[in-house]
Amino acid sequence: MHKRNHRKWLGLAALLAVLALVAGACGSDGDDSAGGDDGFRIAIVAPSASNDLAFTQSIVDGVGALTGVSAVDVTDGTFIVDDAAAAIRGYAEEGYDLVIAHGSQYGGSLQEIAADFPDVAFAWGTSSDTFGLPNVSAYTAASDQGGYVMGVMAAAMTNSGVIGVIGPIAVGDAKLYVDGFVNGVQANSGGATANVNYIESFSDVALAAEAAQGHIANGADILTGTAQMVVGATGVAAEHGAKWFGTQSNQTALGADIVVASQVYKWEVVLQGVVDGIKDGDLGGEAHTIDLANGGLVIEFNDAVDAGHARTLGENTIKSIAAGLKQTGA
Amino acid sequence: MGDFFTVASLVFVVGSGIRLATPFLLAGLGEAIGQRSGVLNLGVDGVMLLGAFGAYWTIYETQSPVLGVFVGLGVGLVMGVVYAVITVGLKAEQGISGIGIFLFGLGISDLLFQKQVGTPFPIRGFGDWHVPLLSDIPKVGEMFFQHSVLVYVAFALVPAVAFLLNRTTFGLNVRAVGENPAAADSLGVSVARVRTTTILMANTLAGLAGAVLSIELGIFQQNLTNGQGFIAIALVYFGAWRPVGVMGGALLFGLVSATVLQWKTLGLVSGAASSLTAMAPAVLTILALVVISRTVGQPAALTRPFERGH
Repeated sequence: MHKRNHRKWLGLAALLAVLALVAGACGSDGDDSAGGDDGFRIAIVAPSASNDLAFTQSIVDGVGALTGVSAVDVTDGTFIVDDAAAAIRGYAEEGYDLVIAHGSQYGGSLQEIAADFPDVAFAWGTSSDTFGLPNVSAYTAASDQGGYVMGVMAAAMTNSGVIGVIGPIAVGDAKLYVDGFVNGVQANSGGATANVNYIESFSDVALAAEAAQGHIANGADILTGTAQMVVGATGVAAEHGAKWFGTQSNQTALGADIVVASQVYKWEVVLQGVVDGIKDGDLGGEAHTIDLANGGLVIEFNDAVDAGHARTLGENTIKSIAAGLKQTGA
Repeated sequence: MGDFFTVASLVFVVGSGIRLATPFLLAGLGEAIGQRSGVLNLGVDGVMLLGAFGAYWTIYETQSPVLGVFVGLGVGLVMGVVYAVITVGLKAEQGISGIGIFLFGLGISDLLFQKQVGTPFPIRGFGDWHVPLLSDIPKVGEMFFQHSVLVYVAFALVPAVAFLLNRTTFGLNVRAVGENPAAADSLGVSVARVRTTTILMANTLAGLAGAVLSIELGIFQQNLTNGQGFIAIALVYFGAWRPVGVMGGALLFGLVSATVLQWKTLGLVSGAASSLTAMAPAVLTILALVVISRTVGQPAALTRPFERGH
């Protein structure tokens, strides 16, 4: 009996050891490739993979483009908020110069942690709320602007007159993008319809794919969507020959012959100011927005897909919005 | 609501429900086999993730969906060996071991994906196979006979597993071991051998379920299953540990999900109602579980390690 118990505990210990090794291997991805030599260290905590071609990749790419940063450390895949909170607190304790909590769902945790570390600078997005804390910078994207541009283009390109939109949960920049896109479609005089389906999940790839199937079955020949679960929907679009409009990162890699254009977030446009401010002793307290006018939002066209007249229409709409001559209505 | 009750809409919902049900069905059938022998495996989701990555990576490298399916099966089999060693060999507590397997699968599948692939590039699967003659039947063919070959395989396994459990000596041994392992042992049935075999079968099917998911979606992503393995376990209880019951549960879950999706697409629900209807599949499953758990007993030896003389 004693021997049996010994073997049982030995087995469990072995399993736990393997798990610990895996957990360690799946932890933060250190990246010392950023330029600069003044010892400025940034940590990013984000909910999905660093190379998801969507939300998380946008912040990783943005921080990678900053100057005057000596080290960047990323903890990705923290879709469980408690895990993210532990990582954020850990980075704060380690004395990082800027800790970025990249996910609106991290707001509650960040509010508590930032108050506990008044000498550490934090950035949180996508949101405009700094909680009134002087060491928190908020950042968000006027994603409705790119959404509007793509809606105008989609309405000009559709043959069926039906366009499908796949959203995650109607919050933050996802809702802005969807609202802007729908308004862009409606602004076109062609009478196209945009059907919107929020699947109530940021991560359910299978449900996103099935939502895309639903749009196709209901006549859509152009699709768009936002958040990391859209990788399932792009496959459905490719299978049925439907065109795709992307957002957050350049999604051409998901379908070189279907992705017409992508709205790309350039977070570095606002984060560079945050970093420079921290070096000057200003830890935060302000909200920042990237948009078409300040270059934080860029529409990247895929030259492999011929958008014809719609591309010109899109480029003109970009100019109008950036100049403040057109409102997205979102 | 009239837009929903059109023939085209209902045809789509049924087809969509069948597609959504397939991974649940495969994983649930495997779990049912295991639980009938007294083995609970909470690690189904982790095994599915490993099977999904294995299949995705294989197809990404070789462009062969068939090879991808076999790798998914193989990954599941290997995880079955691991789980059998832990729960049958070492007689570890099944619940904790299963959670360990899940965490292992969740972590290692993402790690391997990041190291071996990185950016989620799409792969090509089997595509839809139109069953000759049957697929030409108006509406019915579109609903039932224009799916991927993996969908047909999953549903063909239902009678096969039912036959295995109810009409063979092995099935009799499985049920005996799941109800009263001491009695089965006294009659010369090797409890360890039966449970090891069912664990291998269950995990192989879980690996296949994961492979089906990544192949049909044409992509892999961190936590691709999004908890489908846990829902599959619930569906085993829903189905009263019977293959046909598991199929019924999987289809109900898939059809309700498809219905909600179609309502949203047609703009029939929006705002707060949209969020509430998204919970409908889970709520219905829980309600059914409550009803069924009052009428059908689980295998008496479920989760109990067997040790001769105890």
